[in-house]
Amino acid sequence: MMTADKKPLGLYVHIPFCAGKCIYCDFYSFRPGEESKEKYIEKICGDIKKSPYVFDTVYIGGGTPSYIGASALAGIIDCARVTPGAEITVECNPSDTGRKDTPFDFAALRSAGVNRISMGLQSAVDSERKALGRRAGRDEVLRAIERAHSAGIDNISLDLMLGIPSQTPETLRESLEFCVSSGAKHISAYILKIEEGTFLSEHTERYDIPGDDDAADMYLQTSDYLTGAGFVHYEISNFALPGYESRHNLKYWQGKDYLGIGPAAHSMIDGKRFYYERSIEKYLDGCPAVYEGEGNTAEEYLMLSLRLSPGFSLAEYEKKSGIKPGGKFTEKCREFARAGLAEFDGDTLRLNPRGFLVSNSIISSLMNLL
Amino acid sequence: MAFEKDNIRNFCIIAHIDHGKSTLADRLLEKTDSVALRDMTDQLLDDMELEKERGITIKAHAVTLNYKAKDGGEYLLNLIDTPGHVDFNYEVSRSLAACEGAILIVDATQGVEAQTLANTYLALDHDLEIVPVINKIDLASADPDRVAKEVEDVIGLDCSEAPRVSAKTGENVEEVLEQIVKFIPAPKADDSLPCRALIFDSVYDSYKGVIVYVRVKEGKIKPGDTMRLMATGAEFNVVETGYMRAQFPEPRSELCAGEVGYITASIKTVGDARVGDTVTTVNNPASEPLPGYRKVNPMVFCGIYPADGADYENLRDALDKLQLNDASLSYEPETSGALGFGFRCGFLGLLHLEIIQERLEREYDLDLVTTIPSVVYKINLSDGSQIEIDNPTHYPDPANIVSCEEPFTDAHIYSPSEYVGTIMDLCQERRGVFKNMDYITPDRVDIHYELPLNEIIYDFFDSLKSRTRGYASFDYEITEYRASKLVKLDVMLNGDVIDALSFIIHSDKAYSKARKIAEKLKDNIPRQMFEIPIQIAIGGKIIARETVKAMRKDVLAKCYGGDITRKKKLLEKQKEGKKRMRHFGTVEVPQEAFMAVLKLDDDS
Repeated sequence: MMTADKKPLGLYVHIPFCAGKCIYCDFYSFRPGEESKEKYIEKICGDIKKSPYVFDTVYIGGGTPSYIGASALAGIIDCARVTPGAEITVECNPSDTGRKDTPFDFAALRSAGVNRISMGLQSAVDSERKALGRRAGRDEVLRAIERAHSAGIDNISLDLMLGIPSQTPETLRESLEFCVSSGAKHISAYILKIEEGTFLSEHTERYDIPGDDDAADMYLQTSDYLTGAGFVHYEISNFALPGYESRHNLKYWQGKDYLGIGPAAHSMIDGKRFYYERSIEKYLDGCPAVYEGEGNTAEEYLMLSLRLSPGFSLAEYEKKSGIKPGGKFTEKCREFARAGLAEFDGDTLRLNPRGFLVSNSIISSLMNLL
Repeated sequence: MAFEKDNIRNFCIIAHIDHGKSTLADRLLEKTDSVALRDMTDQLLDDMELEKERGITIKAHAVTLNYKAKDGGEYLLNLIDTPGHVDFNYEVSRSLAACEGAILIVDATQGVEAQTLANTYLALDHDLEIVPVINKIDLASADPDRVAKEVEDVIGLDCSEAPRVSAKTGENVEEVLEQIVKFIPAPKADDSLPCRALIFDSVYDSYKGVIVYVRVKEGKIKPGDTMRLMATGAEFNVVETGYMRAQFPEPRSELCAGEVGYITASIKTVGDARVGDTVTTVNNPASEPLPGYRKVNPMVFCGIYPADGADYENLRDALDKLQLNDASLSYEPETSGALGFGFRCGFLGLLHLEIIQERLEREYDLDLVTTIPSVVYKINLSDGSQIEIDNPTHYPDPANIVSCEEPFTDAHIYSPSEYVGTIMDLCQERRGVFKNMDYITPDRVDIHYELPLNEIIYDFFDSLKSRTRGYASFDYEITEYRASKLVKLDVMLNGDVIDALSFIIHSDKAYSKARKIAEKLKDNIPRQMFEIPIQIAIGGKIIARETVKAMRKDVLAKCYGGDITRKKKLLEKQKEGKKRMRHFGTVEVPQEAFMAVLKLDDDS
């Protein structure tokens, strides 16, 4: 089946492997045996080849994609039909890609078309990184960035975590300075969420975890610092130099289609949402993705658009749902604006960083008024 | 056929909570073959789910057992169960009045405790023969010798022959039956007198109408008689009389003096056959009712509202049904600016309130919001009139009030003497007026106070128990209205008065109470997107304030691998949570905040 006339979509490939588990992580990942690693790569390559789509963004995430090595990653990307100029991102762990005596073939990734690297920095303070269970230090991060740059990949995104154990406004500032001076074009700054079942959630007493108010202050500090350095705060947790917004991740927030490959990967195809269960065995056995309902609905629009800087438009909502939000809804929007959480011009509600911080409450109150 | 009166024994079991009353009752049923073993579920006598969970008996029940004693005689044993809480003291007293004797259970691992004493004194007041039983001898920590001595020392009951049993394993339970036969006197009863039967309980049954549980003191009653309830004057044709067996009623051709049984007469509501009333027959009426009847009036009132306004009719239906079986529950519709449509309900006391609330929530699956309980106040207005209010919302403008009156009680607290100081502190804090103190034994006292009822309905009993490690027991009777300096406290959130949280209080306590309410609300109102001022006012004067700071962080930072559904579910849940909140202007108040204010007590 040829699909050249079809609109291109995003491709997400999940690599559920990690050398070890970080204390905060509840993603689907584990340390694999050599045999299952190969079987798995073979299976995803087959599934990508079988898919009838053309992709304009590819994102290989995990887990730790770099754990399987550059040539295996290049092999996976080769299986996908991509449009010219497609954004192709691979998540890299500095412990795989930045160690002094272990090379990592960024050039092979570049040749396969990779033009964006997302790297888990989390913190530029080694003691904070170590407490989180990260294996590499700040030097490895710097070396990995240099290696990617010299291979011709200059679009580097760094992940930063806020509200992690022992973090203070001073140490956060150190991390922010590091991000900006490293030449990263994109920064994802996530407030630590203590997920059930993680090591952290079961041993909170061992860690000096900043409270909600402190974490909120760190978030505002991050937004202030990065926007001051020329970054655009374009999504709740994402900052980019102009033109370097993640096109792949934007698809999630803009209700666009994407195909997810691998256990625990989610898809939206023709406005319908699917997911693979969190089991590599089931995935290898060929269990099909599970349907989980309609996507890109008017309600999703409310929920997702408020994560983004352009915000939520009443006219757009009316177009999607056929329903014009009532006076109570607009009054609530005005209330949020008066409280200094958002801007509202009568049609568009845009949350500011303070509003982003309480976006769950804002969205759920607005949902009750639709 | 009447049973040989000399072979009838009417008795109840009294015990402190958890000393094994229901378990022993079950064992007695089993030993008398009243229940086949396979039909035994634990604690047959407590048949309401709530009773099982709380481990207390809420309403009295009765059961008739046949027992062949070692002396060769066939005995008819009537076991009358009793509720165990001050809210139901009147019911207890009526159950005791139906008996000649009582089994007093004492836990061999615990010894004499508050209700052991209180119930023993109640039983002695009714001239009952008391058979002490030491229970739980199967437990490793049991010390029956010590406990037996304690019963002798503290209560003054001879325990030399007290059976030492394990109701759990059944060990020695037959000895209890033997002692019932041996020590509890047979009823003194005369069939030839006009009928006088004491109602000690009544239960609504959808097929038979009200089932009236009686102890026939004198005379007889049988189907076909016209019965008259001497307090209300209501008359009904008796349809059926009989014994209550453990699992079924056993119709009998008549009930005679000395017997315990049931009467049905197509009576529509339990309000027509009130506990304590005397049943007589119209063709040979008694001239005087049995002593001790009083109409039980609700003393504590509160508003009960459905959390979801759409459940208003369901709430009404549920209250209708509960009232069929509970003559002391009253209710009428009311509306609140904050809570919408609901009912003003009247209860015997705070436990009664909690039980009704739990039954509404559990058996009728209703989500409720309950306002702060209130007593009935009398208010004298400047135009010379007097009004009674049980709802703070109706409190008149203070400018028009000449004086206020509140109900007072005559209260007795029984306690080991070492707790006298702490009990007197508590009573002083609760605006009590000390009357006198009697030493019942060298180390046991009866402390007599006059206490305002509105000080009792806020967790007084719980405070008393915690201050005396459970050893004190408490009984009260409402006596009169007295002039009192009362004020109404209003709670304001973000400047708006929340009518459902207003309440009436003595002016001396207004400031400290206001501060506590403000703190409780602050602790129980979740942070919201805006700062919320909490203010407590008397009239226009703010006497306490707190602030709920604005929420800073409520965000799902990361959506993993395009997993939008997870976020959607979380927001849906949050949205539903918000729907269940009460909205006051822009402020959302969870039900727990109401509950926290409701539960407010002086020790917290």
